[in-house]
Amino acid sequence: MSSTVDYLARRNPEMGPDGTPVPSPIEPFEVAEPELGSSTMLVNVGPQHPATHGVLRLVVELDGETVVSVVPRLGYLHSSFEKLGEYRTWNQIVTLTDRMDYLAPLIYNCAYVMAVEKLMGIEVTDRCRVARVICMEMDRIFSHLLWLGTWSIDVGAFTPFLYAFQQREKVYKLHEALTGARITTSATRIGGMMADLPEGWARGVREFADNLPATLDEVDALLTCNAIHVGRTQGIGAISAEEAVNYGLTGANLRASGVPYDVRKDRPYYEYESYDFEVPIGCHGDCYDRYLVRMEEMRQSVHILHQALDRLPDGPMDVEDPRISLPSKTDCMSDMESMIHHFKLITEGIPAPAEDCWFSVEGSKGELGMYVVGDGGPKPVRWRIRPPSFVNLSAIPKLAEGHLMADLIMINASLDIVLGEIDR
Amino acid sequence: MGEMQELSTFWFVTFGAVKVVAVFTVVMAVVAYMTLAERRVSAFIQDRLGPNRVGPFGLLQPIADGIKNIIKEETMPGTAAKFYFVLGPALAIMPAVVTFAVIPFAAPLPTPVGTVDMIVADVPIGILYILALSSLAVYGIVLSGWASNNKYAFLGGLRASAQMISYEVALGLSVIAVLLLAGNVTLTEMVWKQQQLGLWFVFPLSLAFIFFLISALAETNRLPFDMPEAESELITGYHTEYSAMKFSMFFIAEYAHVVTASALMATLFFGGWDIPFWPGDDMFRHEGAWIRGFDESGAPIPTSPSVLITLLTLAAFSVKTGFFLLLYIWIRWTLPRFRYDQVMHLGWKVLLPAALAYIMLIAGTMLVLDQLGVAYGMLYGLVLTAVSGVTTLAFLFFVDRDRVISGAHRKRTTRARAPRAVADPAGRTPPS
Repeated sequence: MSSTVDYLARRNPEMGPDGTPVPSPIEPFEVAEPELGSSTMLVNVGPQHPATHGVLRLVVELDGETVVSVVPRLGYLHSSFEKLGEYRTWNQIVTLTDRMDYLAPLIYNCAYVMAVEKLMGIEVTDRCRVARVICMEMDRIFSHLLWLGTWSIDVGAFTPFLYAFQQREKVYKLHEALTGARITTSATRIGGMMADLPEGWARGVREFADNLPATLDEVDALLTCNAIHVGRTQGIGAISAEEAVNYGLTGANLRASGVPYDVRKDRPYYEYESYDFEVPIGCHGDCYDRYLVRMEEMRQSVHILHQALDRLPDGPMDVEDPRISLPSKTDCMSDMESMIHHFKLITEGIPAPAEDCWFSVEGSKGELGMYVVGDGGPKPVRWRIRPPSFVNLSAIPKLAEGHLMADLIMINASLDIVLGEIDR
Repeated sequence: MGEMQELSTFWFVTFGAVKVVAVFTVVMAVVAYMTLAERRVSAFIQDRLGPNRVGPFGLLQPIADGIKNIIKEETMPGTAAKFYFVLGPALAIMPAVVTFAVIPFAAPLPTPVGTVDMIVADVPIGILYILALSSLAVYGIVLSGWASNNKYAFLGGLRASAQMISYEVALGLSVIAVLLLAGNVTLTEMVWKQQQLGLWFVFPLSLAFIFFLISALAETNRLPFDMPEAESELITGYHTEYSAMKFSMFFIAEYAHVVTASALMATLFFGGWDIPFWPGDDMFRHEGAWIRGFDESGAPIPTSPSVLITLLTLAAFSVKTGFFLLLYIWIRWTLPRFRYDQVMHLGWKVLLPAALAYIMLIAGTMLVLDQLGVAYGMLYGLVLTAVSGVTTLAFLFFVDRDRVISGAHRKRTTRARAPRAVADPAGRTPPS
């Protein structure tokens, strides 16, 4: 009995010494409805609203159409991914990661396995590194394209949305060719990828990268200098560099305020320092600058894609370590040792040292951090994520205050949030 | 030739009834196919296919939509004010379908029993009737927004009332310029005056046309002025709580407004049913006879209605109206939406004073021309065209330099500075 309690206590620090769970205090937060006859009214923007990009609920206090206060209410998409991860082996968790940011699943897949590989001290092959760079940059564009589409809809222009989605469709097809799935890719494994890149896939990515700038130019023509768009977004939701840092903003939202912080440049991983690309920054920190920065980031990602495709080396994709990588399917089917090897790896999993490790990459929405804690076994004791959207969203009450209802929608769109990673 | 055969009361009533039914049917059919055209044209703009499954080229799609809307469940919010909730769509659609009555759509048609005017009701108040009735449409929207007992609908209704009242003013003022030049409020006479001038009013009154176009977009709640429904902000605004046929009523009302506004633009500024560069179709009732114009001595030149001319002018009218319908669609799928305060700003602080100043200018120019004894004709029109052209260019230049949309003038400076591409910031100590 006591060993069971010990084991449970080790894996669940929330449990009291006698094995009973200690409830964490959950204090319900309610915004009081203003009294009848007062000058303000409460409007629930979401969780079912066309402009909340998921199930975000913003409790907005309106004075006429002016936003007095905004309170984001979260949890409508809570799936307990981090807790679920504690009951899965390292490789099984990969499938949870892409559900968190379904707009850039490959970045999440890669970030997670990179953290675990750092924990385990695994060096992946050159081909795998370049392949993951391609995956991540492709999905950065993938995510920014969705942002561009929803941004256009929120500003009232429907046509750029469909232009963006035509290009997204090409990435969907590339996802499908790579993994068989269009959104929930689960493409990475500890020490490598699910499979090698399929025949002709690199050519497909090249074609996508070649064609994307033309679409961006078209959207540029429709929006960038359009007086209505400019008038709707310039000076709206501005945040200074200092405040942006204090709020913990990352990604394009931070860079729009003029802080050139990009994990790819500042703490390079996967030889990002050897790629030639620039980090666009804005100088006003308003919605329009966030728009410009993301538009430019897509062009820079295209540039990186070309370079990565040029240097994609031949060779093995997975590390040649039998404790980590599965034997080939042909071997499994033909000789007993490989079969046993496969069986043991699948049933037992890959052990990780009893250490903890933090690793962050530049996700599409900001700095995406993964914190993993091993206990010597094949499952994590703890797995925590720093979701960039969650932190970015925290700035919305500050950004939206005093603006109009329509501006609130634009500010929300400019932050580029995804509810999967906010609620997790 | 030229002698008029007046219709007897019996035939007047008969033809009147036929015209009411025919015009109503045609307008409704145009509305139905406008929805299809909107979807097909937007699909073309957006590189899609659009609805093409129901019937050849999707031509039966509006019928399918109609059937769907009729057999759908009518929902009624539990807390809605039921009477007004039902009254709202009815009030919205009625003004939309009756305004077409005073728009002449072709040259008079000769029949064995007399000549029939190709207009449902040639009432003497003409354009005033349209302005009066189309302002009633806002009641339907405000009522339904209020009666829905929904905050989004309420905001949409409020926006609609403010916006439509504001642009009613700009619309009316832009029409005043036309009234000055036409000297009358009936649309039949406006067509005739444009034929006599030898120029469509869009040339001598170019700025009034721009004001009218903008105001008509705002009046019909179409993008970029679809504040009341703004789906990304207010779900769909005032008709958030409506479903099935009641929702459809708003939809039909919007498109009927669009059709009327297009026909009105064609009539007020593009000669109505006039065929350009051909005086042969000019026709007006003058002292009990049909005339084509006046000769040098001022004597009327008689003409006579013919079926061919009626058909040709009907075609001309359809082409002009169709062009504006397409323009409406084109604008909707190209431009983003204004913000509410910008719409008010544009209406009150730009269009209203500019339209007033423009009326003064036109009136002044006309006074000078009349004093100089310039006859109403080509020269008269050309002088006004020159004055209006300069004013229009000045107005567009002025507007383009950020007086309407704050920020428009900043776009160049901002473009130069942001995004500033930054080289490797490796010199900094990276954050831990």
